[in-house]
Amino acid sequence: MTKKRIVHYINQFFAGIGGEEKADVKPEKRDGVVGPGMAFKGQLNDVAEIVGTVICGDSYFNENEAEASETVLEMIKSYDPDLVIVGPSFNAGRYGVAAGAVAKLVDENLHLPVVGGMYPENPGFELYRKHGYFVEVGNSAATMRKAIPAMSSVAKQIIDGNKEITGYMPKGLRENVFREERGSKRAVEMLVDKIQGKEFATEYPMPTFDRVDPAPAVKDITKARIALVSSGGPVPKGNPDHIESSSASKYGKYSLKDIDDFTPENGQTAHGGYDPVYANEDLDRVLPVDVIKEMLANGEIGSLHDYWYATVGNGTSVANAKKFGTEIAGQLKKDGVDAVILTST
Amino acid sequence: MVKAIEATGLPIVHMCTIVPISKTVGANRIVPTVAIPYPLGNPELDPKDEKELRRKLVRKALKALETPVTEQTVFS
Repeated sequence: MTKKRIVHYINQFFAGIGGEEKADVKPEKRDGVVGPGMAFKGQLNDVAEIVGTVICGDSYFNENEAEASETVLEMIKSYDPDLVIVGPSFNAGRYGVAAGAVAKLVDENLHLPVVGGMYPENPGFELYRKHGYFVEVGNSAATMRKAIPAMSSVAKQIIDGNKEITGYMPKGLRENVFREERGSKRAVEMLVDKIQGKEFATEYPMPTFDRVDPAPAVKDITKARIALVSSGGPVPKGNPDHIESSSASKYGKYSLKDIDDFTPENGQTAHGGYDPVYANEDLDRVLPVDVIKEMLANGEIGSLHDYWYATVGNGTSVANAKKFGTEIAGQLKKDGVDAVILTST
Repeated sequence: MVKAIEATGLPIVHMCTIVPISKTVGANRIVPTVAIPYPLGNPELDPKDEKELRRKLVRKALKALETPVTEQTVFS
Protein backbone atom coordinates (compact mmCIF):
# COMPACT_ATOMS: atom_id res chain seq x y z
CA MET A 1 0.00 0.00 0.00
CA THR A 2 1.36 3.41 -0.85
CA LYS A 3 1.61 5.71 2.11
CA LYS A 4 -0.92 8.49 2.37
CA ARG A 5 0.36 12.03 2.18
CA ILE A 6 -0.14 14.29 5.17
CA VAL A 7 0.46 18.03 5.50
CA HIS A 8 0.87 19.41 9.01
CA TYR A 9 -0.07 22.97 10.00
CA ILE A 10 1.62 24.49 13.08
CA ASN A 11 2.34 27.94 14.48
CA GLN A 12 5.62 29.80 14.91
CA PHE A 13 6.09 28.56 18.46
CA PHE A 14 5.94 24.84 17.65
CA ALA A 15 8.10 25.41 14.59
CA GLY A 16 10.81 26.68 16.90
CA ILE A 17 10.83 30.14 15.32
CA GLY A 18 9.92 31.93 18.51
CA GLY A 19 7.21 32.85 20.96
CA GLU A 20 4.97 35.87 21.16
CA GLU A 21 7.64 38.14 19.70
CA LYS A 22 7.59 36.09 16.49
CA ALA A 23 3.81 35.70 16.27
CA ASP A 24 3.70 38.01 13.26
CA VAL A 25 5.77 35.80 10.93
CA LYS A 26 4.26 35.18 7.51
CA PRO A 27 3.34 31.72 6.22
CA GLU A 28 6.13 29.45 5.09
CA LYS A 29 6.38 25.82 4.11
CA ARG A 30 9.07 23.27 4.79
CA ASP A 31 9.36 19.79 3.31
CA GLY A 32 8.99 16.96 5.80
CA VAL A 33 8.40 17.17 9.53
CA VAL A 34 8.93 20.10 11.87
CA GLY A 35 8.47 20.15 15.65
CA PRO A 36 5.58 17.95 16.82
CA GLY A 37 5.45 16.44 13.33
CA MET A 38 8.30 14.21 14.43
CA ALA A 39 6.08 12.58 17.06
CA PHE A 40 3.25 12.13 14.55
CA LYS A 41 5.70 10.50 12.20
CA GLY A 42 6.55 7.97 14.89
CA GLN A 43 2.88 7.06 15.26
CA LEU A 44 1.84 7.08 11.62
CA ASN A 45 4.95 5.82 9.85
CA ASP A 46 3.33 2.58 8.70
CA VAL A 47 0.47 4.19 6.88
CA ALA A 48 1.38 7.76 6.09
CA GLU A 49 4.14 10.23 5.51
CA ILE A 50 4.20 13.86 6.57
CA VAL A 51 5.32 15.34 3.28
CA GLY A 52 5.29 18.95 4.31
CA THR A 53 4.73 21.38 7.16
CA VAL A 54 3.07 24.76 6.80
CA ILE A 55 3.89 27.33 9.45
CA CYS A 56 2.30 30.68 10.20
CA GLY A 57 2.55 33.17 13.07
CA ASP A 58 -0.65 33.22 15.12
CA SER A 59 -1.00 37.00 15.12
CA TYR A 60 -0.19 37.23 11.44
CA PHE A 61 -2.87 34.69 10.56
CA ASN A 62 -5.57 36.33 12.66
CA GLU A 63 -4.77 39.89 11.66
CA ASN A 64 -4.42 39.16 7.95
CA GLU A 65 -6.85 36.31 7.60
CA ALA A 66 -7.75 36.72 3.93
CA GLU A 67 -4.16 36.96 2.77
CA ALA A 68 -2.85 34.30 5.13
CA SER A 69 -5.68 31.94 4.19
CA GLU A 70 -4.89 32.17 0.53
CA THR A 71 -1.17 31.59 1.00
CA VAL A 72 -1.60 28.76 3.51
CA LEU A 73 -4.13 27.02 1.29
CA GLU A 74 -1.79 27.25 -1.74
CA MET A 75 1.08 25.89 0.32
CA ILE A 76 -0.98 22.95 1.58
CA LYS A 77 -2.26 22.24 -1.91
CA SER A 78 1.26 22.23 -3.35
CA TYR A 79 2.00 19.02 -1.43
CA ASP A 80 -1.06 17.25 -2.87
CA PRO A 81 -2.08 15.75 0.49
CA ASP A 82 -4.68 13.11 1.35
CA LEU A 83 -5.17 14.40 4.89
CA VAL A 84 -4.24 17.49 6.89
CA ILE A 85 -3.31 17.67 10.57
CA VAL A 86 -3.60 20.99 12.40
CA GLY A 87 -2.03 21.60 15.80
CA PRO A 88 -2.58 20.39 18.46
CA SER A 89 -3.40 23.88 19.64
CA PHE A 90 -4.42 23.06 23.24
CA ASN A 91 -6.08 26.12 24.79
CA ALA A 92 -4.09 28.67 22.81
CA GLY A 93 -6.82 30.94 21.50
CA ARG A 94 -5.22 32.49 18.43
CA TYR A 95 -3.50 29.25 17.47
CA GLY A 96 -6.81 27.40 17.88
CA VAL A 97 -8.69 29.92 15.75
CA ALA A 98 -5.98 29.80 13.07
CA ALA A 99 -5.89 25.99 13.10
CA GLY A 100 -9.69 25.89 12.89
CA ALA A 101 -9.71 28.36 10.02
CA VAL A 102 -7.16 26.20 8.18
CA ALA A 103 -9.41 23.16 8.78
CA LYS A 104 -12.29 25.07 7.20
CA LEU A 105 -10.17 26.11 4.23
CA VAL A 106 -9.10 22.54 3.60
CA ASP A 107 -12.59 21.15 4.14
CA GLU A 108 -14.29 23.61 1.84
CA ASN A 109 -11.69 24.00 -0.88
CA LEU A 110 -9.81 20.73 -1.03
CA HIS A 111 -12.57 18.51 0.45
CA LEU A 112 -10.01 16.60 2.49
CA PRO A 113 -10.34 15.29 6.04
CA VAL A 114 -8.68 17.32 8.77
CA VAL A 115 -7.55 16.13 12.19
CA GLY A 116 -6.96 18.66 14.93
CA GLY A 117 -6.46 18.72 18.68
CA MET A 118 -7.97 21.32 20.95
CA TYR A 119 -8.96 21.89 24.53
CA PRO A 120 -12.80 21.90 24.44
CA GLU A 121 -13.00 25.53 25.54
CA ASN A 122 -10.63 26.76 22.85
CA PRO A 123 -12.73 29.26 20.86
CA GLY A 124 -11.31 27.73 17.67
CA PHE A 125 -13.19 24.54 18.42
CA GLU A 126 -16.60 26.14 18.81
CA LEU A 127 -16.06 28.20 15.66
CA TYR A 128 -14.76 25.48 13.38
CA ARG A 129 -15.85 22.17 14.94
CA LYS A 130 -17.79 21.05 11.91
CA HIS A 131 -14.81 21.31 9.60
CA GLY A 132 -12.60 18.68 11.16
CA TYR A 133 -12.11 15.81 13.54
CA PHE A 134 -11.00 17.69 16.63
CA VAL A 135 -9.63 15.49 19.36
CA GLU A 136 -9.97 16.66 22.95
CA VAL A 137 -6.53 17.46 24.32
CA GLY A 138 -5.28 19.12 27.51
CA ASN A 139 -5.09 22.84 27.99
CA SER A 140 -1.34 23.22 27.62
CA ALA A 141 1.56 21.82 25.64
CA ALA A 142 2.56 19.85 28.73
CA THR A 143 -0.02 17.31 27.56
CA MET A 144 1.57 16.88 24.12
CA ARG A 145 2.55 13.27 24.88
CA LYS A 146 -1.10 12.33 25.31
CA ALA A 147 -2.36 14.46 22.46
CA ILE A 148 -0.17 12.91 19.74
CA PRO A 149 -1.37 9.28 20.06
CA ALA A 150 -5.01 10.38 20.40
CA MET A 151 -4.86 12.48 17.24
CA SER A 152 -2.86 9.81 15.41
CA SER A 153 -5.52 7.24 16.24
CA VAL A 154 -8.21 9.35 14.56
CA ALA A 155 -5.94 9.97 11.56
CA LYS A 156 -5.33 6.22 11.25
CA GLN A 157 -9.04 5.46 11.34
CA ILE A 158 -9.60 7.92 8.51
CA ILE A 159 -6.74 6.47 6.48
CA ASP A 160 -8.06 2.94 7.07
CA GLY A 161 -11.41 4.07 5.73
CA ASN A 162 -13.30 3.24 8.92
CA LYS A 163 -16.99 3.99 8.65
CA GLU A 164 -17.40 4.97 12.27
CA ILE A 165 -14.59 7.09 13.52
CA THR A 166 -14.23 7.45 17.27
CA GLY A 167 -12.16 9.55 19.62
CA TYR A 168 -13.00 13.09 18.54
CA MET A 169 -15.35 15.74 19.88
CA PRO A 170 -18.72 15.84 18.12
CA LYS A 171 -18.76 18.07 15.06
CA GLY A 172 -22.32 19.15 15.78
CA LEU A 173 -23.53 17.84 12.42
CA ARG A 174 -26.52 15.59 11.85
CA GLU A 175 -26.56 12.96 9.20
CA ASN A 176 -29.53 10.99 7.92
CA VAL A 177 -29.09 7.26 8.29
CA PHE A 178 -31.39 4.35 7.65
CA ARG A 179 -31.77 1.67 10.31
CA GLU A 180 -33.15 -1.83 9.99
CA GLU A 181 -35.34 -1.50 13.05
CA ARG A 182 -37.91 1.20 13.48
CA GLY A 183 -37.49 3.87 16.17
CA SER A 184 -40.09 2.56 18.60
CA LYS A 185 -38.43 -0.85 18.75
CA ARG A 186 -34.98 0.64 19.20
CA ALA A 187 -36.28 2.89 21.99
CA VAL A 188 -37.92 0.01 23.85
CA GLU A 189 -34.79 -2.11 23.53
CA MET A 190 -32.72 0.76 24.84
CA LEU A 191 -35.09 1.17 27.78
CA VAL A 192 -34.97 -2.55 28.59
CA ASP A 193 -31.17 -2.45 28.50
CA LYS A 194 -31.20 0.56 30.78
CA ILE A 195 -33.55 -1.09 33.28
CA GLN A 196 -31.39 -4.21 33.28
CA GLY A 197 -28.34 -2.09 33.96
CA LYS A 198 -26.78 -3.05 30.62
CA GLU A 199 -24.85 -0.66 28.46
CA PHE A 200 -26.78 1.26 25.84
CA ALA A 201 -25.91 4.01 23.40
CA THR A 202 -28.33 6.92 23.12
CA GLU A 203 -29.15 8.10 19.62
CA TYR A 204 -29.72 11.63 20.82
CA PRO A 205 -27.37 12.83 23.54
CA MET A 206 -28.89 15.62 25.61
CA PRO A 207 -27.12 18.95 25.35
CA THR A 208 -25.36 20.13 28.48
CA PHE A 209 -26.95 23.16 30.10
CA ASP A 210 -25.23 25.79 32.14
CA ARG A 211 -26.70 27.11 35.35
CA VAL A 212 -27.69 30.54 36.61
CA ASP A 213 -27.68 31.47 40.30
CA PRO A 214 -31.14 32.12 41.74
CA ALA A 215 -31.99 35.81 41.80
CA PRO A 216 -32.79 37.28 45.23
CA ALA A 217 -36.39 36.92 46.40
CA VAL A 218 -38.88 39.76 46.21
CA LYS A 219 -39.21 41.38 49.64
CA ASP A 220 -42.87 42.28 49.47
CA ILE A 221 -44.90 40.96 46.58
CA THR A 222 -47.75 43.38 47.34
CA LYS A 223 -45.41 46.21 46.35
CA ALA A 224 -43.72 44.43 43.44
CA ARG A 225 -44.19 44.99 39.71
CA ILE A 226 -44.92 41.67 38.02
CA ALA A 227 -44.61 40.64 34.38
CA LEU A 228 -46.10 37.69 32.51
CA VAL A 229 -44.08 35.73 29.97
CA SER A 230 -44.91 32.42 28.32
CA SER A 231 -43.40 29.82 26.03
CA GLY A 232 -46.82 28.21 25.60
CA GLY A 233 -47.71 30.40 22.64
CA PRO A 234 -50.48 32.60 24.12
CA VAL A 235 -51.17 35.26 21.48
CA PRO A 236 -54.05 37.58 20.56
CA LYS A 237 -56.68 35.95 18.36
CA GLY A 238 -55.35 35.59 14.82
CA ASN A 239 -51.69 35.35 15.89
CA PRO A 240 -50.84 38.81 14.47
CA ASP A 241 -47.06 38.26 14.45
CA HIS A 242 -47.36 34.82 12.85
CA ILE A 243 -45.28 33.15 15.53
CA GLU A 244 -44.39 29.72 14.20
CA SER A 245 -46.07 26.68 15.77
CA SER A 246 -42.65 25.10 16.21
CA SER A 247 -39.00 26.20 16.06
CA ALA A 248 -40.08 29.78 16.72
CA SER A 249 -37.84 32.49 15.30
CA LYS A 250 -39.48 35.31 17.26
CA TYR A 251 -41.54 36.34 20.25
CA GLY A 252 -44.48 38.74 20.51
CA LYS A 253 -45.19 41.62 22.87
CA TYR A 254 -48.89 42.27 23.51
CA SER A 255 -50.79 44.86 25.51
CA LEU A 256 -52.67 43.77 28.61
CA LYS A 257 -54.47 47.09 28.83
CA ASP A 258 -57.77 45.99 27.32
CA ILE A 259 -57.76 42.35 28.38
CA ASP A 260 -59.00 41.37 31.84
CA ASP A 261 -60.06 37.88 30.90
CA PHE A 262 -59.34 35.69 27.89
CA THR A 263 -62.24 34.41 25.80
CA PRO A 264 -62.37 32.43 22.55
CA GLU A 265 -62.69 35.82 20.81
CA ASN A 266 -59.55 37.56 22.08
CA GLY A 267 -56.92 34.90 22.56
CA GLN A 268 -55.52 31.66 21.20
CA THR A 269 -52.36 29.60 21.29
CA ALA A 270 -49.83 29.53 18.47
CA HIS A 271 -48.16 26.45 19.91
CA GLY A 272 -48.04 23.23 17.89
CA GLY A 273 -47.51 19.81 19.38
CA TYR A 274 -50.31 19.81 21.93
CA ASP A 275 -54.10 19.85 21.58
CA PRO A 276 -54.93 23.56 21.34
CA VAL A 277 -58.66 23.17 22.08
CA TYR A 278 -58.41 23.99 25.80
CA ALA A 279 -56.12 26.98 25.31
CA ASN A 280 -58.23 28.40 22.48
CA GLU A 281 -61.38 28.02 24.57
CA ASP A 282 -59.88 29.94 27.50
CA LEU A 283 -56.32 31.22 27.19
CA ASP A 284 -56.22 31.98 30.91
CA ARG A 285 -55.39 28.28 31.17
CA VAL A 286 -51.97 29.10 29.68
CA LEU A 287 -51.49 32.70 30.78
CA PRO A 288 -53.41 33.51 34.00
CA VAL A 289 -54.49 37.02 33.04
CA ASP A 290 -57.92 36.82 34.72
CA VAL A 291 -56.56 36.04 38.17
CA ILE A 292 -53.52 38.32 37.92
CA LYS A 293 -55.80 41.27 37.04
CA GLU A 294 -57.97 40.35 39.99
CA MET A 295 -54.90 40.23 42.25
CA LEU A 296 -53.83 43.60 40.92
CA ALA A 297 -57.25 45.03 41.75
CA ASN A 298 -57.29 43.68 45.29
CA GLY A 299 -53.68 44.57 46.09
CA GLU A 300 -52.14 41.10 46.16
CA ILE A 301 -49.49 42.39 43.75
CA GLY A 302 -48.14 45.92 43.55
CA SER A 303 -48.47 46.52 39.83
CA LEU A 304 -48.44 44.73 36.50
CA HIS A 305 -46.20 45.30 33.48
CA ASP A 306 -48.40 46.57 30.63
CA TYR A 307 -47.49 43.81 28.18
CA TRP A 308 -47.16 40.09 28.05
CA TYR A 309 -44.46 38.36 26.03
CA ALA A 310 -45.09 35.11 24.23
CA THR A 311 -43.22 32.66 22.11
CA VAL A 312 -43.59 29.00 21.25
CA GLY A 313 -41.21 26.69 23.06
CA ASN A 314 -41.82 23.76 20.74
CA GLY A 315 -38.48 22.77 19.18
CA THR A 316 -37.13 26.28 19.65
CA SER A 317 -33.35 26.34 19.70
CA VAL A 318 -31.55 27.11 22.92
CA ALA A 319 -29.77 29.96 21.15
CA ASN A 320 -33.08 31.60 20.14
CA ALA A 321 -34.65 31.05 23.56
CA LYS A 322 -31.66 32.67 25.17
CA LYS A 323 -31.83 35.61 22.81
CA PHE A 324 -35.58 36.10 23.44
CA GLY A 325 -35.03 35.89 27.19
CA THR A 326 -32.25 38.46 27.17
CA GLU A 327 -34.23 40.90 25.02
CA ILE A 328 -37.39 40.50 27.08
CA ALA A 329 -35.48 40.94 30.35
CA GLY A 330 -33.98 44.17 28.99
CA GLN A 331 -37.46 45.60 28.34
CA LEU A 332 -38.73 44.43 31.74
CA LYS A 333 -35.85 46.02 33.60
CA LYS A 334 -36.37 49.29 31.77
CA ASP A 335 -39.96 49.30 33.00
CA GLY A 336 -38.93 48.62 36.60
CA VAL A 337 -40.34 45.09 36.76
CA ASP A 338 -39.35 43.28 39.99
CA ALA A 339 -40.32 39.69 39.23
CA VAL A 340 -41.49 37.46 36.40
CA ILE A 341 -43.96 34.62 36.04
CA LEU A 342 -43.15 32.41 33.06
CA THR A 343 -45.61 29.73 32.06
CA SER A 344 -44.88 26.76 29.82
CA THR A 345 -47.07 24.13 28.29
CA MET B 1 -35.54 31.77 28.34
CA VAL B 2 -36.07 31.41 32.11
CA LYS B 3 -32.35 31.35 32.63
CA ALA B 4 -31.60 34.29 30.36
CA ILE B 5 -34.12 36.40 32.27
CA GLU B 6 -32.83 35.29 35.65
CA ALA B 7 -29.25 35.98 34.54
CA THR B 8 -30.12 39.69 34.51
CA GLY B 9 -30.95 39.48 38.21
CA LEU B 10 -34.75 39.34 37.92
CA PRO B 11 -36.34 36.63 40.06
CA ILE B 12 -38.48 34.38 37.89
CA VAL B 13 -40.83 31.53 38.67
CA HIS B 14 -41.38 28.82 36.09
CA MET B 15 -44.91 27.42 36.05
CA CYS B 16 -44.83 24.23 34.05
CA THR B 17 -46.14 20.72 33.92
CA ILE B 18 -43.02 18.74 33.12
CA VAL B 19 -40.85 19.53 36.12
CA PRO B 20 -37.86 17.41 34.96
CA ILE B 21 -37.54 19.57 31.83
CA SER B 22 -37.67 22.72 33.91
CA LYS B 23 -34.97 21.30 36.16
CA THR B 24 -32.82 20.31 33.19
CA VAL B 25 -32.99 23.75 31.59
CA GLY B 26 -32.12 25.30 34.94
CA ALA B 27 -35.13 27.10 36.42
CA ASN B 28 -34.53 27.86 40.09
CA ARG B 29 -38.12 28.46 41.26
CA ILE B 30 -40.52 25.90 39.85
CA VAL B 31 -44.28 25.57 40.39
CA PRO B 32 -45.72 22.36 38.92
CA THR B 33 -48.93 22.84 36.96
CA VAL B 34 -51.90 20.74 35.88
CA ALA B 35 -51.39 19.37 32.37
CA ILE B 36 -49.55 20.23 29.17
CA PRO B 37 -52.55 21.58 27.16
CA TYR B 38 -53.96 23.44 30.19
CA PRO B 39 -51.19 24.16 32.71
CA LEU B 40 -53.31 26.67 34.64
CA GLY B 41 -56.76 25.23 34.32
CA ASN B 42 -58.83 22.12 34.17
CA PRO B 43 -61.70 21.89 31.67
CA GLU B 44 -63.28 19.12 33.76
CA LEU B 45 -64.09 21.57 36.54
CA ASP B 46 -66.86 24.12 36.47
CA PRO B 47 -65.62 27.63 35.65
CA LYS B 48 -65.72 28.86 39.25
CA ASP B 49 -63.66 25.96 40.58
CA GLU B 50 -61.30 26.17 37.64
CA LYS B 51 -60.60 29.82 38.37
CA GLU B 52 -60.02 29.02 42.04
CA LEU B 53 -57.50 26.35 41.00
CA ARG B 54 -55.70 28.93 38.86
CA ARG B 55 -55.77 31.47 41.68
CA LYS B 56 -54.12 28.99 44.03
CA LEU B 57 -51.39 28.17 41.52
CA VAL B 58 -50.61 31.84 40.87
CA ARG B 59 -50.53 32.55 44.63
CA LYS B 60 -48.06 29.70 44.96
CA ALA B 61 -45.96 31.32 42.23
CA LEU B 62 -46.02 34.68 44.01
CA LYS B 63 -45.04 32.96 47.23
CA ALA B 64 -42.12 31.31 45.37
CA LEU B 65 -40.94 34.72 44.20
CA GLU B 66 -40.94 35.91 47.82
CA THR B 67 -38.98 32.88 48.99
CA PRO B 68 -35.17 33.07 49.02
CA VAL B 69 -33.65 29.96 47.41
CA THR B 70 -30.08 28.82 47.03
CA GLU B 71 -30.72 25.95 44.65
CA GLN B 72 -33.40 24.63 42.29
CA THR B 73 -36.58 24.45 44.33
CA VAL B 74 -39.93 22.92 43.44
CA PHE B 75 -42.88 24.59 45.17
CA SER B 76 -45.52 21.86 45.14
